Amino acid sequence: MITEPTSKYLSNTVQSIQPSGIRRFFDLASSMENVISLGVGEPDFVTPWNVIEASYHSLEQGYTAYTANAGLFELRKEISRYMKRRFGVTYSAEDEMVVTVGASQAIDIALRAVVNPGEEVIVVEPSFVSYAPTVTLAGGVPVPVNTYSEDDFKLQPEQIEAAITDKTKVIMLCSPNNPTGTVLSKSDLERIAEVVEKHDLLVISDEIYAELTYDEPYTSFPAIRNMRDRTILISGFSKAFAMTGWRLGFACGPKAILQAMLKIHQYTMMCAPTMAQHAALEALVNGQRDVVKMKESYRQRRSLVIHALEEMGLSCHVPGGAFYVFPSIEKTGLSSEEFAEQLLMKEQVAVVPGSVFGESGEGHVRCSYATSVQKLEEAMRRIERFLQTL
Amino acid sequence: MDSTERELLQLIEKNGRLETATIAKLMGITEDETKQILEKLENEKVILGYSAIIDWTKGTEDGAVTAMIDVKVTPKRGVGFDKVAERIYRFPEVKAVYLMSGVYDLSVSIEGKTMAEVGRFVSEKLSTIDSVISTTTHFILKKYKHDGLVFSDNDEDKRIVVSP
Repeated sequence: MITEPTSKYLSNTVQSIQPSGIRRFFDLASSMENVISLGVGEPDFVTPWNVIEASYHSLEQGYTAYTANAGLFELRKEISRYMKRRFGVTYSAEDEMVVTVGASQAIDIALRAVVNPGEEVIVVEPSFVSYAPTVTLAGGVPVPVNTYSEDDFKLQPEQIEAAITDKTKVIMLCSPNNPTGTVLSKSDLERIAEVVEKHDLLVISDEIYAELTYDEPYTSFPAIRNMRDRTILISGFSKAFAMTGWRLGFACGPKAILQAMLKIHQYTMMCAPTMAQHAALEALVNGQRDVVKMKESYRQRRSLVIHALEEMGLSCHVPGGAFYVFPSIEKTGLSSEEFAEQLLMKEQVAVVPGSVFGESGEGHVRCSYATSVQKLEEAMRRIERFLQTL
Repeated sequence: MDSTERELLQLIEKNGRLETATIAKLMGITEDETKQILEKLENEKVILGYSAIIDWTKGTEDGAVTAMIDVKVTPKRGVGFDKVAERIYRFPEVKAVYLMSGVYDLSVSIEGKTMAEVGRFVSEKLSTIDSVISTTTHFILKKYKHDGLVFSDNDEDKRIVVSP
């Protein structure tokens, strides 16, 4: 708890939010030498050069001013084409889209645009750490719905039903999922859509990892029948194009909702950074080849890590997307936090305890395989050695 | 060539020292399968050899000089450029020979200990070959990138250690 005198000025809402459990591991791991980190939630590639170069060029040309609130029109038109081409969903560049500062800001303004005080938002856990706090900051009440390893962490429609009250307004979906890597298939999504329609809910579908699926063709939630006008689709450039530091995302959805989001965006953000928008335009026009190359490399490393975990006897479902594996460490008898801390102390390998992603993440750890093959192999050797000491 | 073979080649093209066991795991096939594919590709001379890319400017006093020579030749009747190219590439000093489109015919890459040594090769060996009409020699002053690899040290991981 904060005890400094100035803490009396803090709002009740912000005080009700706990700092992310990841923070502690960050501090711990940062203070140590020789750490191999599997705790990084971003690509290990540097942004493709043509994208960086396009941004340089835009700066040289003097594009240093604000853009339209919703983002460069050229970029929105390209996003519109891209979403149609890659995912078969159609959005108008004029009024159904906003370019944001990362997918995170898109999630924030989406929630603020639709949630009234006290309304409930279903957060499917294990989940990305920011969903629940962002709901709280928007005045809503996050309601966790757990998923389990025996279902490969797939959301079961019955569990949504059980969590629905007369205050439920939104379900937040994330497929491929961070931290589990689980991808919901078309039929999984159709079953969820039935519940959504039956209870007249809205879906915020975080599809930031959509390009990174390895087994089946990807289905975007708004592509499911009758779901387009019930969905705010969130995506961005961070994961597919290795552009995390550029902070560029976007949201698409029905006009009335997107215009409301744009209202918040124009008052609180003005617009996303101009040089990043020019970079993103290049990424969409000429970047697909790099996406394919990076994806191929993740797919190979997924295979390497799954194989290694199997060999050391840690059970792990094969995640269909993103760049995470989420093995069970239950048989060690340690909590996920103890496991992660001891592994870091004894073998200098950083993983993220599953518990930071919600209650149902307990018993698991998140390992990112977005790191070099050499480091992955060394990390796997160290984890195996660590398991033998238990 | 099937897609498995292509995937394997792309992996070892980037890193020729990848162990068979690692390749197998990355590709999701067995070690035996990996060995078989490698052997097949070696026998078919798809894989011609394995080499290291070395920055010789580091840690050695005896640096090497490399020259790229544009060579104009008269093609030999019946055998075209191939025979001339062969006469050139058989010299061990010659690192590479390419037939080129454009204003000259063969691009020849030569490595020697000193500029004088390379010069001697050009004047005594290369330009004296019957079919060679002219040579233009360019010495490499600095290597920035070679075979897809950048000659600099700036490749450390710039990401923060743990992030959501």
